[in-house]
Amino acid sequence: MGRNRFDNNRGINNIMKIFIIIPAHNEEKSIGPVLDNLKKCGYNDIVVVNDFSKDNTEKIARQKGVVVLNHIINRGQGASLATGNEYALRNGADIIVHFDADGQMMVEDILAMIKPIIEKKADITLGSRFIGKKSNVPKFKMFTLMLGKIFLRTFYRVRLTDSQCGFRAMSKKAAETIEIKQDKMEHASEILVEIFKKRLKYKEIPVTIKYTEYSKEHTHHGRFHLWSGIKIAFKMMIKRLMQ
Amino acid sequence: MEPIQIILVIFVFFALSRAYLRYSEGKIKAAEFAFWIVIWVSAIAAALSPKIVGFFSNLIGIGRPADLIIYIAIILLFYLVFRSYVMIDEIDQKMTKIVRELAIGRQKKK
Repeated sequence: MGRNRFDNNRGINNIMKIFIIIPAHNEEKSIGPVLDNLKKCGYNDIVVVNDFSKDNTEKIARQKGVVVLNHIINRGQGASLATGNEYALRNGADIIVHFDADGQMMVEDILAMIKPIIEKKADITLGSRFIGKKSNVPKFKMFTLMLGKIFLRTFYRVRLTDSQCGFRAMSKKAAETIEIKQDKMEHASEILVEIFKKRLKYKEIPVTIKYTEYSKEHTHHGRFHLWSGIKIAFKMMIKRLMQ
Repeated sequence: MEPIQIILVIFVFFALSRAYLRYSEGKIKAAEFAFWIVIWVSAIAAALSPKIVGFFSNLIGIGRPADLIIYIAIILLFYLVFRSYVMIDEIDQKMTKIVRELAIGRQKKK
C-alpha cells in the first residue's frame, strides 16, 4: 500500500470500510457538530449508539443521516460501544473507531489512529493524552489517572501512558477478539486487560483532548473522577475473584 | 423457659407450616419436605436445649454457644450475598444482550 493513499480519508474509504462508533447519552448540545465534522472529513459509516437519551440526541443524529441504534433502556457506555462493535462487524467493518459525542476529541486525529492498523503494524491503537501532543488535562484528573495507571500496572500488568482514554481504533480481528462485558465505565480498563491477555498488537497514538467547559460539567464521564475510579477498581477485583 | 425460646419455637412452627403447605400443594417433593423437617426440628432442639449447641461449639473451640450460631449465620449471609451479586451480574449481561439485539434489529427494519 502506497503512502499517498493515506493522505486523505477518502482514499482510505475506498479500500477499507471504516466505522465510527459514537456512544451517546444525552448529548444533544454537542453531537450535531461532532457528526458534521466527521462527515466533512469523509467518514461515511457513522453509528450513533443512543443509550436511552432523554433529550433530542436521537432526533439530531437522524437529521444528520447517520445510523442510529437505540438502546431501549440505559445500559452504559461500555454496553453502547459493544453494540456499535457488533453492528459494525455484522456490516462488514474492516476498522472500527471509538469516538466521543461530547466534542472533546479531534476528528483530525482519527487518521493517525487508523494508519498503523491499515499498515498492519497494530491490531488496536489507543489515544494517549500524555505523549507528544498536549491536552489541558485538569490537575485533579491527572492525579486520578495516575492512580488508575498504578492500579492497572500492579494488578493487570498493563503498561500504558494513558489508561483511560476513550479514543481507540481497532481492526476487525481486534474487535472480534475483545469482549466488552463491562456495561459501565470499567470497559476502558477491561479493553486494556483484554489486549494484554489476548496478546494483541497495540500502539499508543498521541491525541489532543479538549477539556471544554461543557465536557467538564458533563459529569457522567465519571471515569475521570476519583470516587468512580475507586468503585471501578473494586468492581474489577471482585469480578476477577468470581471468574 | 425463656421468652426468646418461645419466640424461636413459634417462628420455627411458622416456617414448618409454610413447608407443609408447599408440600400439600405439591410444589415441593417429599424429600425436600423431609429436608426442611430435619432443619427446623434441629432448630427447635437447639432453641429448647442450648446444651446441644454448646456441645458443637466446644467441639470446635468457640466459648459461647450463641457465638457459633452467629458465626454460621454470618458465613451463610456472606455466601448468599456473594451468590446474588454473581446472579445480578449475569442477569445484567443478559439484559444488555437483549437491548443490543433489539437496537440492531430495529435498525435493520428501517
